[in-house]
Amino acid sequence: MAAKLILSMNGAVVKEYPLNKERMTIGRKAHNDIVIDNLAVSGEHAAVVTIMHDSFLEDLDSTNGLEVNGTPTKKHFLQNNDVIEIGKHKLKYINDQITQTTSADFERTMVMRGPVSQAPQGAMKAGTMKIPASPNQPADGEVVERTGRFDAQATAVPVKAAASAPARPAQGDSGKIAVVQILTGPNAGKELELVKNLTTLGKPGLQVAVITRRPQGFFITHVEGAKFPLVNGQALANQAHQLSDHDVIELAGIKMEFYFKG
Amino acid sequence: MCRRPAGVIMKVQDALEMICQTHPGAVRSHNEDSVACEPACGLVVLADGMGGYNAGEVASGIAVSVVATEVSHSLQNDSPIRRDEETGDEYGVLLLRDNIQRANAAIYYAAQSQPQYAGMGTTIVAGLFYDNRLAVAHVGDSRLYRLRGESLETVTRDHSLLQEQIESGLISVEDARLSKNKNLVTRAVGIDAKVATEIHVHDVQVGDLYLFCSDGLNDMVEDEDIQSTLYAMQGNLPLAAEQLIQMANDNGGRDNVSVILVKVKGGFSAPGGWLSRMLDWFRK
Repeated sequence: MAAKLILSMNGAVVKEYPLNKERMTIGRKAHNDIVIDNLAVSGEHAAVVTIMHDSFLEDLDSTNGLEVNGTPTKKHFLQNNDVIEIGKHKLKYINDQITQTTSADFERTMVMRGPVSQAPQGAMKAGTMKIPASPNQPADGEVVERTGRFDAQATAVPVKAAASAPARPAQGDSGKIAVVQILTGPNAGKELELVKNLTTLGKPGLQVAVITRRPQGFFITHVEGAKFPLVNGQALANQAHQLSDHDVIELAGIKMEFYFKG
Repeated sequence: MCRRPAGVIMKVQDALEMICQTHPGAVRSHNEDSVACEPACGLVVLADGMGGYNAGEVASGIAVSVVATEVSHSLQNDSPIRRDEETGDEYGVLLLRDNIQRANAAIYYAAQSQPQYAGMGTTIVAGLFYDNRLAVAHVGDSRLYRLRGESLETVTRDHSLLQEQIESGLISVEDARLSKNKNLVTRAVGIDAKVATEIHVHDVQVGDLYLFCSDGLNDMVEDEDIQSTLYAMQGNLPLAAEQLIQMANDNGGRDNVSVILVKVKGGFSAPGGWLSRMLDWFRK
């Protein structure tokens, strides 16, 4: 299912254009693939170059320029739901490949045969986005050799991926920021916000523990050093230990408290 | 800090610590990745197969076993630093090239002769450590990273459409993460009768940490998180490998994920190499 552009004016849809060519031009003159007959639109206003599943928008030195999502632009890597504005006309870019196919199918590695890989390189070395001669829509069966097969077996793979795909590790407790505050030693009182996925306590080569941020919460793990860190007076085992609000960690004689802020 | 080995020359298996781990990920039922470590000769091999049903596993399995077995067998009787008289290449480099070619032929003919294997192929990344150097051979988008000091660098460049687009300036590295054209490799082992393997030789420093991985890792985990994990956990390689795989799965685990970690603990110049000859000379 190819990506498409939906042309609209004053909120009313005028026409849909599937991006089924490598290069589609947008302009006032009749030879364009997408013709917008309005004096604010240049003869050849813009082009959309599509390589496999990705599309790139390029301004062809138009008089009045382009905006994408309200920002003037010369060149833009289009993302699903982007809105291109040319004068009073809007073109919405729809590319919902991931929801169209099962992600297990989509993520499969595919091999492109030799001539395909040569062509874009040669064509792009010119430094412009002008027509990479050969890469094409996957519909063009010869061009891409899909080595995976996706029938009964493949669809049996849980489609859970779609839901978990954009998942970035959560903030732990409903968006609260986790903090470690040092309680003893020369740095007593200092706070360390756990904003990274992995926070190192101690010094590599000597005594190290890490706190990792995971979808389920925050975990402390002993990495190296003679002594295992203590959590609420208990030495850690070899596994990661999930931290709770107001746990007291002791590492190399320094006490610190883990808690959620805000 | 002493980068070069001083006086004592270790054998390669004593100079390196290696860890190999592979996981099917959070979504797929099959693991199409294969990995192997041959500590005795300083060799690691990782492959990410593709093809219907179990053909991906077959392809990556053939590639890893051919390269691991043949290279380590050949090195029992020969030195990786010997120069080939015809080509002038080092034997270590030749071994990698020839055996990836051999694996390519094995996969290609299996695919030709058995319909259920038609079109199967695999990526490969293989590293051979010898004489304080690392010869890296790769085909496709399986990668080698190097942590040196605090900085993480990509040693290999993917043979993929996306990498070509990055190099030609069509797309920025930042935008590349948004691309829907991931997983399009431009080279693979076993797809054609011959394969073009990219091989480079790099100098190795004591303290370096090398990460060989399949795209199931670097597609799911940001380089920044890979860096902080390797840096913080370099003293505990099994934990580091586990952590990397866990992060890939926490972020969705949409693909099989394999990691091989190699830590350089000492120098390992080859017997007969210039350094050991010089040290021998001093001892006289």
